[in-house]
Amino acid sequence: MPRYGMVIDTRKCVGCQDCVIACKTENNIPEGYNRDWIVTEAKGKFPDIQLEIRTERCNHCSETPCVSCCPTGASHIQDVGGVVLVEHNMCIGCKACVEACPYDARFIHPDGYADKCTFCIHRVEKGQKPACVEVCPTYCMYFGDLDDPNSEVSKLLQSRKWHINLPDAGTQPNIFYLV
Amino acid sequence: MNALLEITTTRNNPHVDPSMAMWEWQIPVYLFLGGMVAGMMIIAGYFLFTGRHKESNCSCFFIPIVSVVLLSLGMFALFLDLAHKLYVWRLYTTFQFTSPMSWGAWILILVYPALIANILIKPTKWMTDKLPILLDYSKKMNEHPFLVKNIGIANMILGMMLGAYTGVLLSTLGSRPLWNTSLLWVLFLVSGLSAAAAFVHLFAKNKYESELLAKADNGFLVIELFVFVMIFLGLLSSARPHIEAAHLLLSGAYAPVFWVFVIGIGIIVPLIIQLLAVNHKVSHTAIAPILVIVGGLILRFVIVSAGQFSHWFNAHLH
Amino acid sequence: MNSLSRRKFLKISGATVVTAAALAGSAKTIVNAAESFSKKKGLEIIPSYCDLCFWKCGLLAYVKDGELWKVEGNPKDPLSNGRLCPRGTGGVGAHYDKERLKSPLIRKSERGEEKWVEVTWNEVFDYITDKMNKLKTDYGPESMALFSHGIGGSFFKHMMRAYGSPNETAPSFAQCRGPREVGFELTFGDVVGSPERTDIENAKCIVLIGSHLGENMHNTQVQEFSRAVENHASIIVVDPRFSVAASKAKYYLPIKPGTDMALLLAWMSVIVNENLFDADYIAKYGIGFEQFATEISQYTPEWAYIETGIDPEVIRETAREMAMYKPATLVHPGRHATWYGDDAQRSRAIALLNALLGSWGRKGGFYVPYSYSIPKYPYAPYPELKKEPLDNPDAKYPFATGEQISTGIREATISGNPYSIKGWFIYATNLMQALPNREETIKAIQNLDLMVVVDVIPSEIAGWADVVLPESVYLERYDDLNASPFREGFVGIRQPVIDAPNDQKPNWWMAKKLGEKLGLGAYFPWKDVEEYLDTRLKLKGHSLDELKKEGIIKGALQPIYFEDGVEPEFLTPSGKIEFYSTQLADAGFDPIPRFTKHPEPPAGYFRLLFGRAPVHTFSKTQSNPLLRDLFSENELWVNADLAERYGLKNGDRIKLKNQDGVVSDPIKVKATERIRQDCVYMVHGFGQKSRQLRSTYKKGASDAELVTQYKTDPLMGGTGMSVNFVTFEMEV
Repeated sequence: MPRYGMVIDTRKCVGCQDCVIACKTENNIPEGYNRDWIVTEAKGKFPDIQLEIRTERCNHCSETPCVSCCPTGASHIQDVGGVVLVEHNMCIGCKACVEACPYDARFIHPDGYADKCTFCIHRVEKGQKPACVEVCPTYCMYFGDLDDPNSEVSKLLQSRKWHINLPDAGTQPNIFYLV
Repeated sequence: MNALLEITTTRNNPHVDPSMAMWEWQIPVYLFLGGMVAGMMIIAGYFLFTGRHKESNCSCFFIPIVSVVLLSLGMFALFLDLAHKLYVWRLYTTFQFTSPMSWGAWILILVYPALIANILIKPTKWMTDKLPILLDYSKKMNEHPFLVKNIGIANMILGMMLGAYTGVLLSTLGSRPLWNTSLLWVLFLVSGLSAAAAFVHLFAKNKYESELLAKADNGFLVIELFVFVMIFLGLLSSARPHIEAAHLLLSGAYAPVFWVFVIGIGIIVPLIIQLLAVNHKVSHTAIAPILVIVGGLILRFVIVSAGQFSHWFNAHLH
Repeated sequence: MNSLSRRKFLKISGATVVTAAALAGSAKTIVNAAESFSKKKGLEIIPSYCDLCFWKCGLLAYVKDGELWKVEGNPKDPLSNGRLCPRGTGGVGAHYDKERLKSPLIRKSERGEEKWVEVTWNEVFDYITDKMNKLKTDYGPESMALFSHGIGGSFFKHMMRAYGSPNETAPSFAQCRGPREVGFELTFGDVVGSPERTDIENAKCIVLIGSHLGENMHNTQVQEFSRAVENHASIIVVDPRFSVAASKAKYYLPIKPGTDMALLLAWMSVIVNENLFDADYIAKYGIGFEQFATEISQYTPEWAYIETGIDPEVIRETAREMAMYKPATLVHPGRHATWYGDDAQRSRAIALLNALLGSWGRKGGFYVPYSYSIPKYPYAPYPELKKEPLDNPDAKYPFATGEQISTGIREATISGNPYSIKGWFIYATNLMQALPNREETIKAIQNLDLMVVVDVIPSEIAGWADVVLPESVYLERYDDLNASPFREGFVGIRQPVIDAPNDQKPNWWMAKKLGEKLGLGAYFPWKDVEEYLDTRLKLKGHSLDELKKEGIIKGALQPIYFEDGVEPEFLTPSGKIEFYSTQLADAGFDPIPRFTKHPEPPAGYFRLLFGRAPVHTFSKTQSNPLLRDLFSENELWVNADLAERYGLKNGDRIKLKNQDGVVSDPIKVKATERIRQDCVYMVHGFGQKSRQLRSTYKKGASDAELVTQYKTDPLMGGTGMSVNFVTFEMEV
């Protein structure tokens, strides 16, 4: 069974938001809502600045507070790839999962259900990459099977230094940031 | 916080950014009413258990009626909060073991029969006028003291579960450091009991019960203070997000409302008044119980709002 | 294909007279009528090329059940490699923009009041024809000037030449890359061009001077830059602001604005004095090196430190770093180069630094591009011009060659010298944001008898027009072929993938119809644009059908570096790389660049700098719903310490007042460590004032509005615009 994950090279990312727009058009995300977004962290005093730019989204964690808090089972982990998804017509819109996510990756869609990144599972199932990965003009995003030691993502994690977001939250995210 | 760290995000999701505000007034109201009903069930159950229902003006007869009304109001508030209302029935086609909200949904299903059973022990006149058959049920039930006792036990147990659930609902959401304390359910249970005691104290026709609940309320308030101390000790001795979360209430943005309304007006002031009252230095008035009830409501607002505001930090750039 | 245009055209008869406020309502009925066209079921993928900027990346448009769904890069396209930039990806928003122009408009009150009568195409063409015929009779055809940006203007250029006007310009020269092209042409005899011939992906050392690649989203360049970062290229960034590119750099040089020339001179002096230059290359291709070396050696890093504030050791180290990787060291020439008025000379200094490193024509420097050129349409010769263009009378700016000076035409429009300009025809360029000193632009406009604006949205400049022609967006029309010079020759097609939602028309159709009414039908012998394109393609042995299917046709690969066999060719007077420019000396300019000290902001004032955001192009994309959603207003970057001194916090709204007392619209403060204390920065294109474009109206502040001062480049007439100083106006 694959375990899908992303590796994002913060050295290459320029924060252009192409991934955000690609997600919006691919998945028809309503105006004013984001399934993915750009975070910039600048540290230091001018001119000695360290700047990290990251594209962020649902981390499709291995430990999923958003799934365990769901009262209806709408929020679930898909068997294939361990992707965290929301079944729209099982969701009652109680917002517990939105509160449960330490990354604030979820939101309530104007139609009432909880929504978030799906890793473009509809594309992945057809053998394509998620829309954000496919569009990135800096080629800073990689998608693949973390359980396959020969996958591009696994190799990058073996050869490069990386961090995850909010490690203390204990969610074991499946998106990794190369530094 | 490191002053030289600038973090910006392009995310701008409604009620998520710039800080989480998904749950507005409905959830605190629901948690408060649920907590207070839980307290009232425990009190009424205790009265049934100890046989006080033999007294004709026992509070255990009006408490369940009020409870049904308040709990229904609370559930209506919860319903108002749902964003996908037409799908609410989905709660009852499944049981999700790990979800406090699923537990809560089913507990509520059990709470109503327990409250109704309590009501049936001595239905009010307007009920029996409309449905005379209730008198028969009541008569039959009262023929079995063991049954009444068990109804009392059921009310106490379900009250405990309901009260605890209102806290567990939040404390299992580990993503919000302020809620991430295993004592939150104790706080909400005690606060619920305290508000319930205040309520019953306010409306009890039975002098003994009124006095008893005033004393009990003093106990609850003292315990509540103690629980607060324990919660803060826990948070402050934990990781940075928890320390910052504690400071939100102690010295941060929520400190004024926390100290003035929750601790001061909600606990200390009524405690002093009621201590004087039970020692007959002053007479009982409605002031103290009303303050306790309002304080309990504000407590839920503060915890829900500040909790949503509290968050984890990225460690790698610090 | 375009039976649709004809059918729609037949439908339109009889004028509907409404005010601007009622436009949306009446337009709605037009949409409903257009709905009668049958919609194809299923998914169609149609190739075309992008128009969100001038880069012209190849795209694939996805049309699902007759609705435009998304656009992706065309993997065959060498510019995009199948990946569009954020603007391109958001291109579908241009089609769906609710605030688009919907039908032709004629002004019915004072200029700039934005009150209109909605008319039919027939009426509007009659109106324009009457005016243009009268201008021709009264003042001659040269009294019309065309301002045109982008490939969509090519049919209008043709129409204006057929009409007899020599005056055709765009702000892309005198307000943008003109100085760079002049500086490079003076040195190497050739321009950098667009797309830039920079071999970023193979560069081992990249020097960016004010270029903020990554924020400036020129697709190919950003893709190559990312690859260079991945390959651990040594990156040197010179910028008063800690840009995104700076975060990828090995060296970040926080230069004092206005002193780049000093740094360039010092770098060259280190390279010359330490014998780090490419001696063989210079011996082979250079001329005047000895004079150059003698003069340049005086500029020590210590001298430059006083001007630039850059540590002399860092200047030395970075110069050595560049030399270490030569010739694969690319000192990027930038694009928007109109900063301080000595920009052609600064660009020449950049060219000379590249020449020292031997990077021109070499791998990792500047490759030699070529085009897959498609023969022009065999038109009849244009009528002989009676007058010369008037943008640059008496060659006042002797090196303004090749392109015309937009501000020169503006000046002539105001003064009437050397002859009268009475008509402006403006295609797809918002002059209100592009030209410096808005007052002068308005003054020129008030002198006009006719001002026509063709645009897709009611832009600010459209608000000043007499006549506004609504154009269909790029996804709804054909345009001319794109055969940009690049690493490999190719030709790309723009074709409609979806119907225009209302009564918008493609530019070729407007040019042809208007041309015919003007009696220039002989210059529009083709039936429609398809016939035009097919004719051109057949001259090269291709066909329209073939290109429509493929989207892109590529030429054979050819060598692009000197070392791979490209014959070096320098079209300078000497035929060599001119370290010493006799041309400049003869014209009375510095033959070797010199440092000019530029005025510094007075106390309490800060230099206004502006640049780009990755999701917007100039001022033309701000109403696109997809792009606006991500970046709806600009922020003012203020150094954190400076902000604290002024009591400014992140998110505060302030106004800016410039040295001439012009006050901006309110703008949000971004207090940050990422900028110097003597300047402030904002993204260009915001603070728009078109009342018909509600979504952009006064969103953020406009740098253009504050650019009342500009310093004209004596070599080529470029307008240096980073010479304005602003102070904070707190009360909002």
